[in-house]
Amino acid sequence: MLDFDWQFFLEVLIGGLLSGVMYSLVALGFVLVYKTSGVLNFAQGAMLLFAALTFVSLVEKGIPFALALAITFGVMVAIGIAIERVVLRPLTNRPPMTLFMATLGLSYILEGAAQLIWGTQVHGLDLGIDDIPFEVGGVLISQFDLFAASVAAVLVLLLSIFFRYTRIGLAFRAVADDQFAALAVGLRLPWIWATVWAVAGLVALVAGLLWGARLGVQFSLSLVVLKALPVLVLGGFDSIPGAIVGGLLIGATEKLAEVYIGEYFGGGIESWFAYVVALAFLLIRPSGIFGQKLVERV
Amino acid sequence: MADNNPLLVIDGVSATYNHAITALHGVSLTVDHGEIVALLGTNGAGKTTTLKAISNLLPASRGQITTGSIRFDGKNVPATAPADLVRSGLVQVLEGRHCFRNLTVEENLITGGIGRNARRHEISDDLEKIYDQFPGLKEKRRTLAGLTSGGEQQMTAIGRALMSRPRLLVLDEPSMGLAPLVVRDIFETLRKLNHDTGLAILVAEQNSTVALKYANKAVILENGKAVLSGTAERLRSGSDVTNLYLGQKSETSKTAHYFTAVGT
Repeated sequence: MLDFDWQFFLEVLIGGLLSGVMYSLVALGFVLVYKTSGVLNFAQGAMLLFAALTFVSLVEKGIPFALALAITFGVMVAIGIAIERVVLRPLTNRPPMTLFMATLGLSYILEGAAQLIWGTQVHGLDLGIDDIPFEVGGVLISQFDLFAASVAAVLVLLLSIFFRYTRIGLAFRAVADDQFAALAVGLRLPWIWATVWAVAGLVALVAGLLWGARLGVQFSLSLVVLKALPVLVLGGFDSIPGAIVGGLLIGATEKLAEVYIGEYFGGGIESWFAYVVALAFLLIRPSGIFGQKLVERV
Repeated sequence: MADNNPLLVIDGVSATYNHAITALHGVSLTVDHGEIVALLGTNGAGKTTTLKAISNLLPASRGQITTGSIRFDGKNVPATAPADLVRSGLVQVLEGRHCFRNLTVEENLITGGIGRNARRHEISDDLEKIYDQFPGLKEKRRTLAGLTSGGEQQMTAIGRALMSRPRLLVLDEPSMGLAPLVVRDIFETLRKLNHDTGLAILVAEQNSTVALKYANKAVILENGKAVLSGTAERLRSGSDVTNLYLGQKSETSKTAHYFTAVGT
């Protein structure tokens, strides 16, 4: 172990952390909705796909970048509010499984709608960021990954400020804490839920663009939800810091495992190692690193 | 004159949970402007269900009103959203306090101001008033509500309700799990509020001794029916009442009554 290549280790670690940020971004959309309404929104991936596809198609039609972004944002907010109105509100007070199944169905509807409107071909998405690695102290860093990580960091920062210092943010935290009390205090829950779904739409848009730029905008894009699940298990379903840290951990372990122990399994363990970690974590700490333990005080 | 009409009128209300379990059988009561009314009864008598019906919170507990009517200040309660009831001056302090545990005491109080769309300076004025009424809360303003004592949580919950500037404050068992001295403090504060500002109060209690001491009138519930009502004075003195409905033998055995009431 004396000739352990630290530089290489660092390179893999940083690459892993940066790709982990992308997982965090998807997980964040889940956390926002789960925290306030207790719904595990399986349609987050479909929303992400829908956002990316709408944006790409608009750009391909010759609409300028900024305008396409604004239109897509508007569409995602409208979809978020519509989901709350049409799907979730009639199902208030139903068991969590019912709500989960509803969002599962919803993800198919969204995917189908996207297919119907924009077609099924694969689109390339160019955000104008060169994917040329640059060198810092002998370590190669992907420019695109760094860009993605910065965007995610700014988004998280903005969301934190929003929730910490605004009225609607305080109301959001109150609802997340005790929904029944929030109702009794006079907070308008439907309004707050609509806001949360709109924010989830925004997160889906950002994640969709970044993932779309990396993988190409195609239907397998909605499968990134599956990558978000281990992140949620690790970080806790109801914690925003958890989504960030969980994403970083999953990203880093995935890459490190692939490089250092992958050869013993014949390689390619990156695609499933995250689930092994999540499974192990479920045995040790089922509520996640930052998740709230369910403690009943009698 | 509008003020001659009672503030709250409940008329023959029956309620069920899940359309199956009947919790109330035709309960009627009224609360006048500036009045303190106690709603007494043992566990399961229907106090909480009555109060939830008054704030239109039953649908959120899978409950529904089957017959009867509830009017607050002329408003048809079952057809009014809870948030709109709060804005028109009917605010409830829930059973078990229900503070936002991960919010600070002050943030808890502010949510009450948001609940009625208060302006920023109104919120800071109201905060000062609440801290005057509950001096203990001021030192704890930056503490997470979940980490404060039961009494402080009850005061936070009451303060949060007062931030909505209610005309009728509804409280569900404010004495639950609290030391007698704390209970006395809370009821003294409520009485002062009622006296100084004319705030009407409807309080559900198992602790009939305390509630009857501060109330103007009381209604006794048993198995979802209002079995007796009258002035607090009359109910305090009528030993038959306490015998029959609260299991209290006499004034001298208050503790015995307390345990019977809790136990049933």
